[in-house]
Amino acid sequence: MKGYILRRLLSLIPVLFVVAVVVFLLMHITPGDPAAVILGPEASPDEIAELRENLGLNRPVTEQFVSWFGGVLQGDLGNSIFMKQPVLQAFFEHLGPTLSLAIMAQILAIVVAIPLGILAAKFRGSFLDQTFMGISLLGISIPSFLLGLFLILLVGVELKWLPVAGYKPLNDGLWNHIKYLILPAIALGSMQAALIARMTRSSMLDVLNANYIKTARSKGVKESFIVIKHTLRNAFIPILTIIGHTFGTLVAGAAVVETVFNIPGIGQLIINSVERRDFAVIQGSVLLIAVSYVLINLVIDLLYGVIDPRVRLGRK
Amino acid sequence: MSDLLLEVKNLKVHFDTENGRVTAVDDVSFSVKQGETVGVVGESGCGKSVTAESILRLLDEKHTNYEGNIFFQEKDILRFRYSELQKLRGNDISMIFQDPMSSLNPVYTVGNQIVEALLLHQNLTKKEAEEKAVDMLRLTGIPLPEKRVNEYPHELSGGMRQRVMIAMALSCKPKLLIADEPTTALDVTIQSQILDLIKDLKDEFNMGTIMITHDLGVVAEVCTKVVVMYLGQVIEEASVESIFSSPLHPYTQGLLKSIPHIEGPRDEKLYVIEGKVPTLNQIPAGCRFAPRCEFATDLCRTEKPQLDSYENDRKVRCWHFKEIQEKGGVMNGNRNESDKVRS
Ligand SMILES: Nc1ncnc2c1ncn2[C@@H]1O[C@H](COP(=O)(O)OP(=O)(O)O)[C@@H](O)[C@H]1O
Ligand code: SF4
Ligand SMILES: [Mg+2]
Repeated sequence: MKGYILRRLLSLIPVLFVVAVVVFLLMHITPGDPAAVILGPEASPDEIAELRENLGLNRPVTEQFVSWFGGVLQGDLGNSIFMKQPVLQAFFEHLGPTLSLAIMAQILAIVVAIPLGILAAKFRGSFLDQTFMGISLLGISIPSFLLGLFLILLVGVELKWLPVAGYKPLNDGLWNHIKYLILPAIALGSMQAALIARMTRSSMLDVLNANYIKTARSKGVKESFIVIKHTLRNAFIPILTIIGHTFGTLVAGAAVVETVFNIPGIGQLIINSVERRDFAVIQGSVLLIAVSYVLINLVIDLLYGVIDPRVRLGRK
Repeated sequence: MSDLLLEVKNLKVHFDTENGRVTAVDDVSFSVKQGETVGVVGESGCGKSVTAESILRLLDEKHTNYEGNIFFQEKDILRFRYSELQKLRGNDISMIFQDPMSSLNPVYTVGNQIVEALLLHQNLTKKEAEEKAVDMLRLTGIPLPEKRVNEYPHELSGGMRQRVMIAMALSCKPKLLIADEPTTALDVTIQSQILDLIKDLKDEFNMGTIMITHDLGVVAEVCTKVVVMYLGQVIEEASVESIFSSPLHPYTQGLLKSIPHIEGPRDEKLYVIEGKVPTLNQIPAGCRFAPRCEFATDLCRTEKPQLDSYENDRKVRCWHFKEIQEKGGVMNGNRNESDKVRS
């Protein structure tokens, strides 16, 4: 088990390298001189030349990359030119809102989607099933920003039930924290919920047809236990995969929703940094997101072992 | 109460499919007495599993319609409420299935799955049930049952899993055991071990048993009575001795001729029944076996034969069985003694 985790962590290194190369190149082929953008239109050519020198932009690209990636491997992601602080610090300051939003969207999605998926499977073909699946199709196809705007107009402006924008950290009280996140979480999580509901339904249907379900019925197990004990745990394996693999998408989608709801998260950090050509921040943030993506998948894979004994033993 | 345990009476099972209604079991009747082992035989697709699963009402009833009666100790299972059905399943009637590899839930230990059945039907504490589960595993000849009870299905071989299924099925001492091709998916050597086990346990528990198989060798080994099915109908019913010594229906004769002899020459040419079982939407108008029968006449092709009684305990569904018997049966190879057959 420990060996397995270690191997998975080591596999982070090539991933990191590839992501680093790609972000680095992307940044350097983006048109526009960062020094000129940072200093604004009134800057003189001399000032721009000086800043280029300070930022190391005059050195060959490979040399710039080696010095940056060398720092990354030692845990130094560089400093933000604009915010005058280490990238790591800027990242973690903005991580809280994004994580809160993503986790809340995920929880909302799971809590709503799994029961609906189960019901749809259990009553397959019924009016209920068709309604749920119709709604889920809608959930998949509506872009989150559109849903976000709609929610702002309806729930925030018309009904005035919830605040329409902004963010309150957890220190301001749990309810305050949650209150500001409900609408964005719905906007962000609806697609996730739709995906999970559909996966739950199809996975439940597969398992309900399995021979061991017939065995359980032949023993006299109650229908509710057939669903809860014998079907759900088996059906959960593919559901977990969907949840894990789309959590990254959720974090990415958070960037858009953060903008709509004016939440100071990673999305805003990256978008602002792109506008400011704050290279170090963009590169560092993307790398950190890639790392968390890999780590989340590792956690998910470890969870499989908890649910499915076949996986557990295979790794001894 | 008589010693009649189960009586299936004019059972019809219809499925509503996308292409309309099909009748997979059409007017099947047979009975099982206490302690008796009845073989249900026929090629694949003849409706054996549908018949068996109807007895426990395991078919998806959204798409299934039953007609007729299935009396268990004089009460009609087809009229049972759901709660009565739950009490019946696993307690009075148990079932074991063809494929032990997929019949156990992969995410629970075998002990957990046996304990579940015990707790459902018997007044035991969890601890007592766990002890009983170990006892049941020991009874089915599983080595180191105290250890095996905590293992997951994937840690056991196919034969061991079938023993677990048997342990689970018998844990509540059912009065009737339905075994749907319990050895078909297993290696030949394991097959006979499992058959011996079922035979021993059925005597020990004095259960009625329905042994479903497409293998007449299995019938010869464990059954007292045989019901031969073809395309959803019973076409012959008799004691094991009569079936092997003087099969009446051409289909039964064909099945018997296609079993290899133990003492026969190695390269002995085996008889095969020509053709295939038709699908349920192409059921022949007259005798259902007519397209594959070497004795078929115009009468056979247009008129449905009934299941008629013959001598005192036999039944057969064929217009011409008497003449066929006089002619010496299928391909003139009548068998006069009960042959030893390979299992
Ligand atoms: N749920 C179902 N819907 C439609 N047809 C079915 C269904 N289950 C079984 N059948 C059909 O019923 C016939 C008998 O099947 P079965 O009882 O499984 O045969 P076997 O004798 O091999 O056990 C087959 O033609 C099969 O295709
Ligand atoms: S009724 Fe006719 S076709 Fe059918 S089995 Fe008898 S002889 Fe053959
Ligand atoms: Mg079958």
